[in-house]
Amino acid sequence: MALLSAENVSQVRDLFQALRDPVKLVVFSQSLAAAELCARNESLVREVAATSELISVEVLNLAIDRERAEAYGVTEVPAIVVEGARDYGLRFYGVPTGYEFSNLIDAIILASTGEPTLSDATTTALAGLPRDVEIKVFSTPT
Amino acid sequence: MRLAQHMAVASDRVRATAIEANEFPDLSRAYRVAAVPKIVINDRVEFEGALPEAQFLAAVLEAAAE
Repeated sequence: MALLSAENVSQVRDLFQALRDPVKLVVFSQSLAAAELCARNESLVREVAATSELISVEVLNLAIDRERAEAYGVTEVPAIVVEGARDYGLRFYGVPTGYEFSNLIDAIILASTGEPTLSDATTTALAGLPRDVEIKVFSTPT
Repeated sequence: MRLAQHMAVASDRVRATAIEANEFPDLSRAYRVAAVPKIVINDRVEFEGALPEAQFLAAVLEAAAE
């Protein structure tokens, strides 16, 4: 059964009018760890990707594709890496439904355009960061 | 999440990870997630709820400081 309703698909197609360059969704699964969630995550990602020719999907296994997981810094499943012209550091842990689903759609558009909308002050400050920064955002679907 | 994602695209040094709290109870416990959204930066600076861009940036800079 489809996870996205016809209405969802139509809304996503509208939003994806903003896409410009290709985006790859790299999905990490591991059936031994969280089979059901990983299967749902893969289905959701494929349904989203089916709405645009600019979106491709690659499914990796956290236990087998260890080097790729390490390169992306992925340690949990299910996970999604949203990659545009380069890896911008956009990650999702868990099946992105509800509130997280709109964040996934936003991340795809952002990765496709590579154009963040931030103030000049923020952009300048970020350019001078002395070390790597990982921002974890915990949320729930509702 | 919006600001974190935009900052990640703006800077090679920034990574934004969205975590579904209910699906990762161990992580949520480890980071003492009681309300969402909860933001944790470099495991050093944390806050709950949405912040305006300038304050969010201040938290990022604090977390990245030597």
